[in-house]
Amino acid sequence: MAQTAAIGTGVGRRTSPRRLTAAHRDWIAGYAMTAPVVLGAIVFVVLPLGAVFWYSLHDWNVLANSFVLAGLDNYERMVADPGLRSSLLASLWFSVGLVVLNISLALALAVLLNQKLPGTTAFRTIFFSPVVVSLVAWTIVWGFLLQDDGGINGFLRLLGIDGPNWLRTGPTAMLAVIVVQVFKNVGLNMILFLAALQGVPEDLYEAARLDGAGAWRRFRSITVPLISPTLLLVSILTIVGSLEVFAQIAVLTGGGPGSSTTVLVYYLFQQAFRFNDFGYASAIAVLLFGIVLALTLLQWQTRKRWVFHEN
Amino acid sequence: MHHSLSRHRRTALVGIAAVAALLLAGCSGGAQPSQSESTGPVDLRMTVWTADETQLGVFQKIADAYVADNPDKVSSVTFETIPFADYTTTLTTQLAGDNPPDLAWILESYAPQFVASGALVDVKPTLEGTDGYEYDDLLDSSLALWQKDDGLYAYPFSNSPFGVFVNTDQIAAAGQPNPADLVAEGKWTYDAARDIAAAAAKASGKQGLVVRDFDYKVWENLATIWGGWDAEPWSEDGKTCEFTKKPMVDAMTWIHDAIFDDAAMPGPGTTADFFAGESAMTITQISRASALDGSFGWDLVPLPSGPEGQQNVIGQAGIGVFAAGEHPQAAADFLAYFTNPENAETLAAYFPPPRESLLNAETLAAANPKLSEDQLQAVVVDGIQDAETKPSHVEFARLEDTVRASLDALWVPDADVKAVLASTCDAIEPLLAG
Repeated sequence: MAQTAAIGTGVGRRTSPRRLTAAHRDWIAGYAMTAPVVLGAIVFVVLPLGAVFWYSLHDWNVLANSFVLAGLDNYERMVADPGLRSSLLASLWFSVGLVVLNISLALALAVLLNQKLPGTTAFRTIFFSPVVVSLVAWTIVWGFLLQDDGGINGFLRLLGIDGPNWLRTGPTAMLAVIVVQVFKNVGLNMILFLAALQGVPEDLYEAARLDGAGAWRRFRSITVPLISPTLLLVSILTIVGSLEVFAQIAVLTGGGPGSSTTVLVYYLFQQAFRFNDFGYASAIAVLLFGIVLALTLLQWQTRKRWVFHEN
Repeated sequence: MHHSLSRHRRTALVGIAAVAALLLAGCSGGAQPSQSESTGPVDLRMTVWTADETQLGVFQKIADAYVADNPDKVSSVTFETIPFADYTTTLTTQLAGDNPPDLAWILESYAPQFVASGALVDVKPTLEGTDGYEYDDLLDSSLALWQKDDGLYAYPFSNSPFGVFVNTDQIAAAGQPNPADLVAEGKWTYDAARDIAAAAAKASGKQGLVVRDFDYKVWENLATIWGGWDAEPWSEDGKTCEFTKKPMVDAMTWIHDAIFDDAAMPGPGTTADFFAGESAMTITQISRASALDGSFGWDLVPLPSGPEGQQNVIGQAGIGVFAAGEHPQAAADFLAYFTNPENAETLAAYFPPPRESLLNAETLAAANPKLSEDQLQAVVVDGIQDAETKPSHVEFARLEDTVRASLDALWVPDADVKAVLASTCDAIEPLLAG
């Protein structure tokens, strides 16, 4: 439906733009407002993902400047690579340790600091402060503390305990990296849990008390179900974060001793930036993406069984 | 007409965008090098790992003089510092990002990898063809690592010998003999160094002998000790593992015992900076002398002798011109100027050159006020002659990581040295076989 409008004396008449309906305007406004995010996602997520997949189909040696189509060779190589298997195992140990320790400690701290006791604000600040500290600076300081003659063993010696050389033996090195990471990020999860806990109606606890429910029963039957959406969010974030750990490994252990702390991302880094094997590294990156995607979807699907009152 | 795009059309557009994105990304990666030479004056970029303002100032002064003489060829030369720990990785990343420097320092361990890959330009014709360059003055032994067929793929810019810095105060306090005296008497051996270090560590409560930058990761720095046993990690052709050969087993046993039995060397996870007065001796390159601040008495002596005699070891840095750079010929021309006899003498203040005519104590003393002519003669001039370079290999990066991981089992008190070295060979033999 074209409309015309008189201009001036009506000597000239020209066609005016089609008047937009409210639905059109909403449609345009919606897309205009989401465009920056969508464009950002395309440029910084979709494009790199596509590029990495494209690279993974190539044999790309940067030094030799060769970029040759290799089909699925890099994926076949992954199947037979013992180094990759070892790094997947290291990632599994790291993730299990981090997720269990981080979530349980964060929840315990949140429950503790949700009490109306003096000093809780100060403790919340103390536990949250590592989150805003530079990751590399935090890790370097812990590196000094964990040395054989470092602060941790110095403290243990005061207690009459001869501490291990934390970063030089396989089991303690992995444990050390996990603990350093837990202390770095537990404050963030704690704050998320605190926010969720403060949304739990007090009258539910009152009713449970009147019914004779103890503290553990109240926690299990009221607190956990009511904060389950936050539990889902925290578990997804923590699991994905645990699979992406890199700086702590690079600074604290360099993947050692042996290859005990060579997690998947560190192995990927070695292949790409140490060995100049960018095609194979890209294939590992695709594998990592697949693992993260699968775990996230799995958690999302299982939420129906344990997450309550979802909006 | 419907006011919005149909679902099918939207899907098609998204698909087209994704395919375009993939193609764009694919085309951008692994791009072929830009070989075009600009005809006008160009800007050159050289990566280095020094952040020393004085050294960078000397570089820039030479570069500015070149630009002033050749305004039609080069308009500027920029020196870009990349920290040593990440140097090769960052350089590789720049290559991967299609942003290579025109020239770069290259660590000797990676020399075969860079030379064999074809990443570098043959600079020999340019150096030989530059008036007054005196190519024949370059020591053949210094060039060896950077040659392929008849070409030279980097100029061995720095030839820094390893020596032993001694904290004479700590050693005297422990009642131990002065290493310089032992050198004069021909008794400066690794066993003597171990005994002095153990005694000094015990007396001072600090550390004894530190192989600087080893830190139980950079194992190739132990080559400064292996030399005395005539040991090598792999054969000269790079195809056979030699970790299980007797010289290496004996050398590694000596190192293990010095650490865990004699406490002459700091154990894993223990830090000690010689230049902060935290150890009695350190094996490092002479360029570290600049870190001495006079807070304790010190001396510099050559590497000790082992059972197979004394072996000098040097670390090298080469300057190469990248084939993938934008201006390889202009970069090679600048390299010829940067390293000509006159500028090599200026740079000798910090980087012992590969030029025979400049390798004398008088020249080096003029630029190294902290070191005496005797020290320079014994450690630098004599140290470069017949010296071995640190281990290198065309697959060095993979070998370095694999050996590091295998040797981790050695750095515990009750390690079975032979078994660990055997497993090290098992781990690297596939890499050596190519």
